[in-house]
Amino acid sequence: MFRYILRRLLQMVLAFFGTTLIVYALTFAGQGDPIQALAGERPVTPAQRAYLTEKYHLDATGVGGFFYRYFDYVKNLLQGNLGESLTGRNIGDILQQAWPVTVRLALIALAVAIIFGVTAGVLAGIRRASIFDNSTLVLTLLVLGIPTIVLAPLAQYFLGVKWQLFPPTAGSDPTFYALLLPGIVLGSLSLATALRLTRASVAENLRADYVRTARSKGLVKRRIVVVHVLRNSLIPVVTFLGVELGNLMSGAIITEGVFNIPGVGFNLFRGIRTEDGPLVVGIVSVLVVVYLVSNLVVDVLYAVLDPRIRYE
Amino acid sequence: MRVRRLAAWTALPLAVTLGLAACGSGGDGGSGGSDSSAVSIQIAEPKHLVPTNTTETSGSQVLAGLFSPLVDYDAQNKPYEVAAQSITSTDNKVWTIKLKDGFTFHNGEKVTSEDYINAWNYGAYAPNGQDSNFFFEKIAGYADLQGKAPKAKEMSGLKKVDDLTFTATLTEPYIDFKTTLGYNAFYPMPDAAFSAPGVLKDSYEQAPIGQGPFKMKGAWQHDSKIDVERYDAYPGEKPKVKNIEFRIYQQLTAAYADVLADNLDVLPTIPTESLSTAPTDLGDRYKTSPMSSFQFLAFPTFDKDYSSPDVRKAISMAIDRDEITKSVFKGSQTPARSFVSPVLPGYRENTAGKAGEFNPTEAKKLYQAAGGPSKIVISYNGDGGHKDWVDATVNQLKANLGVDAVGSAEPKFADLLTKVEKKTPVGAFRMGWVMDYPTMEDYLGPLYSTNGSSNYYGYSNPEFDKLVKEGSAAKTQDEAIAKYQQAEDILAKDMPVIPLRFGENVFGHSSKVKNVEMDLFQRVNLVKIEAAS
Repeated sequence: MFRYILRRLLQMVLAFFGTTLIVYALTFAGQGDPIQALAGERPVTPAQRAYLTEKYHLDATGVGGFFYRYFDYVKNLLQGNLGESLTGRNIGDILQQAWPVTVRLALIALAVAIIFGVTAGVLAGIRRASIFDNSTLVLTLLVLGIPTIVLAPLAQYFLGVKWQLFPPTAGSDPTFYALLLPGIVLGSLSLATALRLTRASVAENLRADYVRTARSKGLVKRRIVVVHVLRNSLIPVVTFLGVELGNLMSGAIITEGVFNIPGVGFNLFRGIRTEDGPLVVGIVSVLVVVYLVSNLVVDVLYAVLDPRIRYE
Repeated sequence: MRVRRLAAWTALPLAVTLGLAACGSGGDGGSGGSDSSAVSIQIAEPKHLVPTNTTETSGSQVLAGLFSPLVDYDAQNKPYEVAAQSITSTDNKVWTIKLKDGFTFHNGEKVTSEDYINAWNYGAYAPNGQDSNFFFEKIAGYADLQGKAPKAKEMSGLKKVDDLTFTATLTEPYIDFKTTLGYNAFYPMPDAAFSAPGVLKDSYEQAPIGQGPFKMKGAWQHDSKIDVERYDAYPGEKPKVKNIEFRIYQQLTAAYADVLADNLDVLPTIPTESLSTAPTDLGDRYKTSPMSSFQFLAFPTFDKDYSSPDVRKAISMAIDRDEITKSVFKGSQTPARSFVSPVLPGYRENTAGKAGEFNPTEAKKLYQAAGGPSKIVISYNGDGGHKDWVDATVNQLKANLGVDAVGSAEPKFADLLTKVEKKTPVGAFRMGWVMDYPTMEDYLGPLYSTNGSSNYYGYSNPEFDKLVKEGSAAKTQDEAIAKYQQAEDILAKDMPVIPLRFGENVFGHSSKVKNVEMDLFQRVNLVKIEAAS
C-alpha cells in the first residue's frame, strides 16, 4: 500500500507539471491584449503600457518567448512564489484568502449530498417502486434538469429576498448559516446524482446471492442493509463523490458569483474575464493538485471498502 | 471493526465541515455593522487606491471619501474651490494655487503645497507606471519625465511659493486647467506615503492616508470590503454618518438582491437584468440622476464603404433612438443628438441637426444617392450587455434602408480595438465615453481631435483641431465655449460618429438610508447621505 501511494505521488509530480504547461500554453495563446483588457474601455497611456509590458515580460512573444515566460514562472513556483496578478496583488495572498471559504462551501455541499443523497438513495433502493421512490425520481430529474445558473438566483430570490429565511449573500467572512443556502444550491446537483447512484446500486445488491444467504441465515434486515448491502453499494458512490469534491471547488464559479462569496471560482472568473494570465494559471495549478489528491484518496478508499482490491 | 472504519471514513468529511464552519462563525455576519450609523455602499474590487493610479469608478468612489479635491463642481458644473482657497491666473498659463489653511492628513500631518507637488510628480514620472500619467501632460516639464530613463524626476512647471501656495506653469495657455483639478489624480499625498523622495511605500495603497472627510478604519480587505470612519479634524462640510463600509461585489445582481433585503444600503448601478422590475421593487427608493456617459457608433476611416458623410448621416437618420431607449433601456438612457454630454456648460440640443432626426424615407433616399454599402456590420464587445440594442438597431437599418445588416460580437472591447488598429474590416463599431472633468474639451479633444487618445476611427479635420486648440487657449470661458461650439458644428457636417445615447445614474438604496445623491462621475455623495431613523 505504501509503495502504491509513493508511486502515485511521483506520478502526481509529472501530471502537475504537464497540466501547468498546458494551462500556461492555453492562457498564453488565448491572450489578446491583457493590458487593454485591464483598462476596460479607457485608452491606455504609453507609460502604463510600457511599465506593465516590462514587468510581466509581455514583449516576449512567439515560441521562445513562451518558454522563457513558462520557465520563469516555474522557477518562481518552485520557490513557493506564485507571482503577482496584473493588478499587482500577490497571487499567494489571493489564494490564501480564497481557499478557506471555498473549501467550507464545498464541504457543506458535499455533506448535503452525502447526508440527504445517500440516505434517500438507500431508502428508495429498499422500497423500490414505492411512493417515496417515485417522488424522489421526479424530484431528482427536476434538479438535474435545472442548471445552477437558474437554480442559484431562484433560490436567492425566494429564500433570501422574498421570504427572508437566509441572508441573500454570504460575503467574505460568512457564518455557517450564511453559507448554508449556497452550499445546498451547489450540492443539489451532486445530491441528485448521488441519490440515483445509491438507489440503483442498493437495489441491485439487494437481489445478490449473498443477501439471500444472509437472509436465510436469519440475520435481521437492518444488519443486512447496513453492513452487507450498503458497504458494497458505496463503491460507485465514493468514486463519484471523490471526483465531485474537485468539481465542487472549481465549479463554484456561478454559485460564488450569485452569493458574492470571494472564493476560488470568484477569482478564477475575474482572472479569465480580465485576461489575467498569472492569476488563472496560479488558481488552476492549485486546482490540479486538488483533483490529483482527491483521486488518490478515492483509490485508497476502494481498498478500505472492498477487501478484494489490493494495491502493490 | 470494518464497520467502524467505514463509519470513520464517512464521518471524516462531516467533522471537517463542522470544524471549519465553527472557525468561521466567530466573525460578524458582514452585514449591517455594529454602529447604527454605518452605511454600506456597493463597489467592485478597486484596481488601485493611489490617487494618480485610480481611473475606475470603484476606486474613485473610495478616494472621494478619503480625499478632498482642490475644486468640486456646482449645479451648473462650474468649478468652485474646496481644498483650495483660490486658483487664479492672469494669462491661463501660470496658475497660482493657494490652499485653505487648516487641512490635515489623517495621520496629523499638515497639508502643504509640497504634498501636492510630490504627488503630481510621482504621477507624471513614467517609470512609476501610473494610470493617470497623461493628466499632467499640460504642465511644463512633463516631457522630461517620460520614456524608460527620464531626464528628470520633477516637473519644472511646479514651483513652491510658500507652505500654502504653489504655481503650476503650463506649456501653453489652457483655460480649463482649474476645472481639471477636480479629478482625483490631483489629490495630494502626505510625506508618510513615501519611503524616499519619489518612491511610494508599498503599504500606502493598502490604507491610503488622505485629507478628506473620512479616514481608513483598518486596511483594505481585498475582495471583501473597505471600512472608513469620519475624520473629526476635517475642516470642511461634516458628513452625517460616522462609518461607511464599501462592500465589494463581483456581480451587480448579488448586490441588487441585498438591497431588496435591506442587507446593503446603496447600489450605485441597477443591473440591466433588473431595470424593468426595479421601479416596482424599490418604489421611491429607485432613483435616477444625470451622468456624463455618451454612447455612439464610430466608423473606421480606412473603410471606403463609410467614407462619405452622407452615408453616415443616412444611417443616423434611419435609427429611431427614442424607440430603442424606451424599449431596450426602459428609459434609463436618453437619446443623443449632439456630440457632447448635456451635463456640460456649452451643451446645445440637436447639434447633429437633421441627421439626428428619425426620418426613414429621407434616409433611404440619401443612402442610395450616396452609394452606401449593401451590407452594414455593427461590431460590439459581447461582454458589455450591448447585444440587445445592437440587434434592435440592425433591425431598424434593415427595415428603413432596405439593406442587409448584422451585429458582430467580439469577446472583449480590447479585441475590438486590436482589430480596428490592425485595420481589419469591422464595419461600424460601438464606443462609449465618460468624462474626467466637465468641459467640452474633454469630449472634443480625446474623441475627435487628430491625435485624440480615444480617436480609434482616425477622424481628422485640421480646421476642427485648430478650433479646439483656440478654445482651450482662449482668454475667457465664454470665448472658449464659443470656439468649442464652432468645432462641434464641424462635427455635425462631417458626422465622424453617430451619437446614440446619453447615460444616467440609475441607482437604488435600502430603507435604512435617505438623502442618497450621486454625482456626474457615478459616485455617491458621502457627505450628504444620512441614516433614516
